[in-house]
Amino acid sequence: MAHIVSSWAHAGSVLTVHRWITVIGGLLLACVAVLVLCLQFGATSVNIGNVVPGIMHLFRGDLAGSPSPETSEIIMVQIRFPRVLMGFLVGGSLAAVGVTLQALLRNPLADPYVLGVSSGSALGVSLAILFGIGSTFLLFPLLPLFGFAGGLLALILIYRLAQSKSRLPIHSLLLAGVILNAILTAFIMFITSIMEPNRSAGLMAWLMGSLTAPGYPALGIFLLYVLFVLAVLMHKAQLLNVLTLGEETARSLGVETEGVKKHLFALTALLTGAIVSVSGMIGFVGMVVPHAVRLLIGSDHRLLLPASALVGGMFLALADTIARTIMAPAEIPVGIVTALVGGPFFLYLLLWRKDRML
Amino acid sequence: MGRTSSLLAVDGPAIEVERLSFRYYTMEGRGRMWTLDHLSFHVDAGEILGIVGPNGSGKSSLLKILSGLLPVGEGDVLLDGLSLQKRSQADIARLVAVVPQDYVQVFPFTVVETVLMGRFPHRTVRWWSMGIGDETANDLACAHQAMVDTDVVSLADRLVSDLSGGERQRVMIARALAQEPKILLLDEPTAFLDINHQIEVCSLITRLRAERRLTVVLVSHDLNVASQYCDRVLMLKEGGLCRIGSPEETIRPDVLRMVYGCDVVVDAHPQTGRPRVTMPMSTV
Repeated sequence: MAHIVSSWAHAGSVLTVHRWITVIGGLLLACVAVLVLCLQFGATSVNIGNVVPGIMHLFRGDLAGSPSPETSEIIMVQIRFPRVLMGFLVGGSLAAVGVTLQALLRNPLADPYVLGVSSGSALGVSLAILFGIGSTFLLFPLLPLFGFAGGLLALILIYRLAQSKSRLPIHSLLLAGVILNAILTAFIMFITSIMEPNRSAGLMAWLMGSLTAPGYPALGIFLLYVLFVLAVLMHKAQLLNVLTLGEETARSLGVETEGVKKHLFALTALLTGAIVSVSGMIGFVGMVVPHAVRLLIGSDHRLLLPASALVGGMFLALADTIARTIMAPAEIPVGIVTALVGGPFFLYLLLWRKDRML
Repeated sequence: MGRTSSLLAVDGPAIEVERLSFRYYTMEGRGRMWTLDHLSFHVDAGEILGIVGPNGSGKSSLLKILSGLLPVGEGDVLLDGLSLQKRSQADIARLVAVVPQDYVQVFPFTVVETVLMGRFPHRTVRWWSMGIGDETANDLACAHQAMVDTDVVSLADRLVSDLSGGERQRVMIARALAQEPKILLLDEPTAFLDINHQIEVCSLITRLRAERRLTVVLVSHDLNVASQYCDRVLMLKEGGLCRIGSPEETIRPDVLRMVYGCDVVVDAHPQTGRPRVTMPMSTV
């Protein structure tokens, strides 16, 4: 008995605390290494030696007071560090949203971008920008709320469209996503076409999915927001496992599925709204990353969710480094890089791995 | 009514259904109003009851009501003496386990992980641990015993999606047993299975009833499965109870003609002597 149970744990079929800490700890170390690597590259090369002192300056807050900070330190602290961190947070959030949506819809190809949830959020944000609704109200960021509302509406719509007899056929879900995406994109295009050219150019660049260096207060608020939603999602990870058995089986195991589904829909829309409002539509991170991580560590969401978030963060930080440097000093939107990596991968899964995935 | 199971029944009925009626909301205003109409019956503890009837007669709906997946419309259903409406979903999950008709897993979960999910209703929630390492020694022991009973220990680390239909069905039964239920509900346990796997699953169910003193309710469109393996058979026709009783009382040519509207050949099974249904030679 004991040896069989220990062999289960050894094979990774039972998630032990030890295994969780090993995997997550290893990934955290990898994250630090990747972030330091990403900080080095850019239009201006910054010596690796300046990375650490620059950040130390930042945390001591004595940058302004110090005699004459080097240019590279200013670039590091004011631009590159916040941008890399932003990329990490956005990538991690996208992967977490992807994992949640995939379990919720029992569809390994679900992704906020593919399903039109990102488009819904983008439409909400575009409308807010069109009507000139300020980005903050009493220091409270408003754009994510519009993104949240748009994303939630899109998510509910797609769920209703694809559902037939309390089942969610994988293909009808993807089809509904394609159609919804087309309609929402048309609305967004309409909005950009009636704006003054200089405003619409900025909107277009944002829509293509691009990261910018935010100010530290904005970065701090975004960090808190992301951490809060991820913590709540982590508490639902067990339920995600049970939900993959199918809704009726989950209920027969004592899960109040209706309430859980509503919570999870709201949480994913909240996170998508925040992501889209800061970085536009970055596609495929939410689909590619969870898939790859699942192949390596299995499907248990208690481990899959945090591991995917960390890997997603690394993936987007690296993709953004490529976007920043490949045409330097010009930049390409990071959404192009992720789509070029993720699109073919998606097609591969859809066309050649049919037997396993669908 | 025949009570062939009375040898095994000691605790009184495990399930009591009293004047149960049910309809889907979407069916209102259409021709047929009631999916289930004034059903009353009981299932003794330790009994195997088979529910049969034509397509659309309400078999699956009845099974879903018994497991709390569909609400009790009118009337009442008592599980272990307490009304379903007075039990929470989690409470029902500790008493009743359901094996669904087909199970599709799109994610790479192993057999052990799947069986351990059956322990979910018994988990104690520790909010600080986020569910990590929640599997207690007892959970692992229950899952292991369930896998021994269903003979899937050797498949432990395989992916559920890689298994054959018969193996997957046994894993789903193991998952249900890990719940440590008193009542096991099975929806078409032999559908989509080859004859060897049909025999395997049916004898497994009989063995589990004996070993674990389970009360079993199974829905089957296969009259011979119901006849050979069930203590009593409940025959539904258009949502109403047509007959309930021993296979000899229910699987009869006149009853089947009334329910299915066709003539069949019923003779005695050479080994068990129970009714055996076969198609008649075509008259055309």
